[in-house]
Amino acid sequence: MNPASPLQGWIEGIGLIAPGLPDWPTAAAVLAGRQAHAPAPSVLPAPTLLPPAERRRASRVIRLALALGQQAVEHAGADAATLATVFAASEADGHNCHALCEQLAGDDRQVSPTRFHNSVHNAAAGYWGIATRSMAPCQVLCAHDASLGAGLLDALAQVQVDQVPVLLVCYDSEYPEPLHATRPFPDAAGLALLLTPAHTGRSLARLAVGPADSAAAVARLPQAGLEALRQAFPALRLLPALAALAQGQAASLVMEQLPGEPLDVEIAPC
Amino acid sequence: MSPLQLSACTLTTCLGQGLDAHRQALRDGRSGLRPCQFETVVLDTWAGEVAGVDACHLPPALREHNCRNNRLAVLALETDGFADRVRDAVRRHGAHRVGVFLGTSTSGILETEIAYRQRNPATGALPSGFVHHGSHNPFSVTDAVRRYLGAEGLALTISTACSSSAKVFAAAARQIALGQLDAAVVGGVDSLCLTTLYGFASLQLTSRQPCRPYDAARDGISVAEGAAFALLERPGASEAPGGVHLLGVGESSDAYHMSAPHPEGLGARQAMAAALRSAGLEASAIDYINLHGTATVANDAAEGLAVAALFGSGVPCSSTKGATGHTLGAAGAVEAVIGWLALTEGWLPGSPGTQVVDPAAALDYRLAGAPAPLRTVLSNSFGFGGSNCALVLGRSA
Repeated sequence: MNPASPLQGWIEGIGLIAPGLPDWPTAAAVLAGRQAHAPAPSVLPAPTLLPPAERRRASRVIRLALALGQQAVEHAGADAATLATVFAASEADGHNCHALCEQLAGDDRQVSPTRFHNSVHNAAAGYWGIATRSMAPCQVLCAHDASLGAGLLDALAQVQVDQVPVLLVCYDSEYPEPLHATRPFPDAAGLALLLTPAHTGRSLARLAVGPADSAAAVARLPQAGLEALRQAFPALRLLPALAALAQGQAASLVMEQLPGEPLDVEIAPC
Repeated sequence: MSPLQLSACTLTTCLGQGLDAHRQALRDGRSGLRPCQFETVVLDTWAGEVAGVDACHLPPALREHNCRNNRLAVLALETDGFADRVRDAVRRHGAHRVGVFLGTSTSGILETEIAYRQRNPATGALPSGFVHHGSHNPFSVTDAVRRYLGAEGLALTISTACSSSAKVFAAAARQIALGQLDAAVVGGVDSLCLTTLYGFASLQLTSRQPCRPYDAARDGISVAEGAAFALLERPGASEAPGGVHLLGVGESSDAYHMSAPHPEGLGARQAMAAALRSAGLEASAIDYINLHGTATVANDAAEGLAVAALFGSGVPCSSTKGATGHTLGAAGAVEAVIGWLALTEGWLPGSPGTQVVDPAAALDYRLAGAPAPLRTVLSNSFGFGGSNCALVLGRSA
């Protein structure tokens, strides 16, 4: 029985969208304590990557995922058309799911074909592919509240096995009622990391992720507003590590994963 | 990639429960499709329903996970001694060294669909018995299976529509290659629900007959349910010769359209080429191709072009979806296990339902099954959103 060694890679770009945090530069300033966190609904810009007709129709979760990916890619100065991707999401499009279930519960079950193909968990990933023309492998996974950790482990495994950069996009978005009561995301939020196999001039930090002791204490954020975000959105569980990065400090801390099975996250700014 | 052995496997589809039922059905060229009578569905289509799903009871510890998809999962796990083989691997390697990677497209959405008919008339609330993480969330099936088997390594659901449970082989192989795990349960589980039956009908992609893959007159899919699992481990000294190995995996994206394949099958071709590279094999080394072959006009045309471009017309191929129906997120794993059966039985599966092969398909497409000494099989799975995956399996020397 061999203990697993951590998987690792280098962060070259970061995207972040959360209530009151429209992008990574703002989030970095808030996490470093240079700027106060001003609570506000998440800003989900129209996806300029998509053609105009699809841009107008793009749902909130598609806007979120595409904007996160675009932020990280632009931050890294990377070419999205060549990037392998990992999309990690605990839920897909909650509003679309609600509309389908409502229709299927009624007398007229003739659902809209667009609603149906947008119901797949990989809808946002599909639109990312169409928008960027990237034919590279695209992973779409879910591990409920542990989706970010699972996404990190699969993305870092691809970085190490295939020796290619991988874009990880992780997001949560809200359901309308009645599903909201059973999965109460208050808004839409997430983060994206462009991960590379080797240190380059553009590297922001080294990131390593591996299993932690089951009794280890999970890292929290000192600011109540930010800690509330970390707890409300499992996609933001990396915020304490990103806070260390924003402060220019190396850190080794514990991130929640599946209950009783936390992850060790090491971050070392370049 | 370094080959991994499939040290155990099982499958349950409308053809029956377990390897023997499928072995016989493939030899007989039998189809398990029937006119759709599922739940309250009123559609003029055929479907592949698994018998006995609702008679399968989950243990009390999985009370919150009770839904058709998870009952189907447990029904399949308890077939061919698969669950015991995994528990043995958990004992040998340690629970944290065994991961679970499952594909599903709709998880337990049927429970949500039914719950929406039972909303509180005053408040609109869902019934109190509805458990979001237990049935609705895509991770539900993976969580249920890991708890059922006592595996505590990395667990995740892959949900890329109809390529989901092919891509699990790639994700698990990466973790094993990096030493993160010693073994992984991979598989796929998808169960019938209103969303897919009415959804594919809305896209005019369901046939009114049993589906006819690669037929000149094909006119759509037969939606089906199924569950298939394999246990992946590094090849060991104790392994018997003639076992089946995962030799290669290849993934790609179409980057073309949400619900239609690239017309020339460019993404499909890239996935197959990547699988061959991953296996270190030339196209000429493949003995049989289990096609994605959904029986839609567009899929079979595009896939046929991609296969012909890469392999020419010399490799025997067929789609087994005329037998099993399209098990959607379970199709990748179902067809990987059919590949396992083809290799271990020395049997080239035919294509039940197909009558006249589309002359536009420049392939050695097999209508009838036949004995053949097979060493290698390639299996294709493609999904909505342009997600493609190909697997290469081979017999060990």
